[in-house]
Amino acid sequence: MTNTTVTTSTANLGGSEALQTEERSALAWAISDTLVLTRRNLLHLVRQPQLLVFTFIQPVMFTLLFRYVFGGAIQTGSVAYVNFLMPGIFVQTVVFGSTATGIGLAEDLATGVVDRFRSLPMSRLAVLAGRTLADLTRNTFVVALMTVIGLLVGFRPSGGITGFALGSVMILLAAFSLSWVFALVGLKAANAEAAQAVAFPLIFPLTFASSAFVPVQTMPGWLQAFAKHQPITVIIDSVRGLMAGPVEAAALRKQGLLNASTGTSTVLALLWIAAILATAAPTAVRWYRQAT
Amino acid sequence: MFDDARSSSTPAGGPRTPSPSKPAPAIEAHGITKRYGDVTALGGVDLSIPTGTVLGLLGPNGAGKTTMVRALTTTLIPDEGRATVLGHDVVTEADAVRKVIGLAGQYAAVDELLTGQENLEMIGRLAHLSRKVVARRATELLDQFDLADAGGRPAKTYSGGMRRRLDLAAALVHKPPVLFLDEPTTGLDPKSRSDLWEVIRQLVADGTTLLLTTQYLEEADLLADEIVVIDHGLAIARGTAAELKRQLGATVLEVNLVDSRAATAALAELQEVPGAEGSPEQDGTMVRLATADGPATAMAVLRSLDAAKIGVAGLALREPSLDDVFLSLTGHAAEETADTPQEATS
Repeated sequence: MTNTTVTTSTANLGGSEALQTEERSALAWAISDTLVLTRRNLLHLVRQPQLLVFTFIQPVMFTLLFRYVFGGAIQTGSVAYVNFLMPGIFVQTVVFGSTATGIGLAEDLATGVVDRFRSLPMSRLAVLAGRTLADLTRNTFVVALMTVIGLLVGFRPSGGITGFALGSVMILLAAFSLSWVFALVGLKAANAEAAQAVAFPLIFPLTFASSAFVPVQTMPGWLQAFAKHQPITVIIDSVRGLMAGPVEAAALRKQGLLNASTGTSTVLALLWIAAILATAAPTAVRWYRQAT
Repeated sequence: MFDDARSSSTPAGGPRTPSPSKPAPAIEAHGITKRYGDVTALGGVDLSIPTGTVLGLLGPNGAGKTTMVRALTTTLIPDEGRATVLGHDVVTEADAVRKVIGLAGQYAAVDELLTGQENLEMIGRLAHLSRKVVARRATELLDQFDLADAGGRPAKTYSGGMRRRLDLAAALVHKPPVLFLDEPTTGLDPKSRSDLWEVIRQLVADGTTLLLTTQYLEEADLLADEIVVIDHGLAIARGTAAELKRQLGATVLEVNLVDSRAATAALAELQEVPGAEGSPEQDGTMVRLATADGPATAMAVLRSLDAAKIGVAGLALREPSLDDVFLSLTGHAAEETADTPQEATS
């Protein structure tokens, strides 16, 4: 910095009075802070296209693997396996995707960005809400893309647009609630790698010991007990029922490919999501406040 | 480096001795304590920083400097103790504190994927400035910090010095009257370091109160009005650079004589020199003398030796360095980091 720069800067660099902040209600600022950080997190996604591609490759590979390699060996009776499979793939995709919430949060904590945020008069909720909202947006795009992939490999949901739309809402609600669970992981992990290492053993049994890829009834009894009742199966069953529409859902149920009626699994799924949100979100906010 | 020499060469931001009628403290802390399990990061630290002055928190890695900054910037809650910034309690009135402080950390907390402009605008919005003010201020700061050309590029393309400038600019977005700089020049090359010093002097000249942590004695000596030496979570010494040097002992005046006979004669002659502290000592052809005022005593010594017709071969004034101060206070050198615990945070 030359002397000239320094002389001209006198009036502008610092001073004994802070700049006047804009007058708004606390709620309005909390929303503004959250949106500022949501935008920041989405810019991160857009500017790391290689990561975005990676996010897509995995579910596409699972789709191809189960549709064309394993699918022929999995019996789904009168219902085409691809129609059974895709709701499972959708849910698996957003479950895996929700771990990104924890990884991103752990990274921000490790790099000191969060320390700066904490020193600002911004909403304490915004760092977490900005993160989970950005991940919800990302999951929306991923589900849209996976829908295209599904259609390409022959997915023809009988529930029509309405059933598909309702199913998609369920998927995104589930994704949002799980983001808060992985936010907890991110808050306690030392760095992004550690968050990832903790997340994987959590999501692996939940997605594979579920009704995502195979009918639960083919599993051994002890595993069925877990697989039938764990939340991911309940959510997948609800999405599967909604997307299949009443007629096909009834056929699936008759053949033991759905564990409950669409209505029952949807109510149960919503209860699970509400319970997860009601537990994880306040805990995450408390941990964020306490984390030092 | 001497106080008087420095203040005349850098009138704008060089260290000034606080005026006799001290202004109200901008930062006040009493007994700040923070423990992590068995590790005591801070063991009850007191600080008082008068408005418009610079306090240098000096210590090695793991001394507790960052923890102290975090306690004062509301980013951690101390286990014990109380602190206020411009009269606002850092725990119970954290939001009021956050409106008046700026923080630039040890690890430039810039968002690598955002451009310089976006970084500043984001922080400005999160500091609750209006869009209009934020846009103007971002442009202004990019100009001031020589980042105008790089403002549209992602920060990951910046050099270390540029990142640090952007980080400091981000801390200044809302023109905070109280600024915390946690090791602002650690890891910077000499040119970037002196550039940052210039900016810091400018900020202080503008009236900003500054708490600066550093491992560099030179930096504390150069920028701070008052220095607090911190080690293992405790403030072990405080005062101006000059006072700390005095604490170690006075300036040493070394007179070299032509031979040891002349030295013995000089020793006898110098028993009653004005300004000398204690008795002079002879060491071969050299006579050593402690004094509080080096130059004046040197003059007196030369005058009396000249009057006694004793030839002088050489004369040296040795000022104790802050390194000496640190070594004598802590028993280990300031830069020594190998066996000290990691900074408990960050």
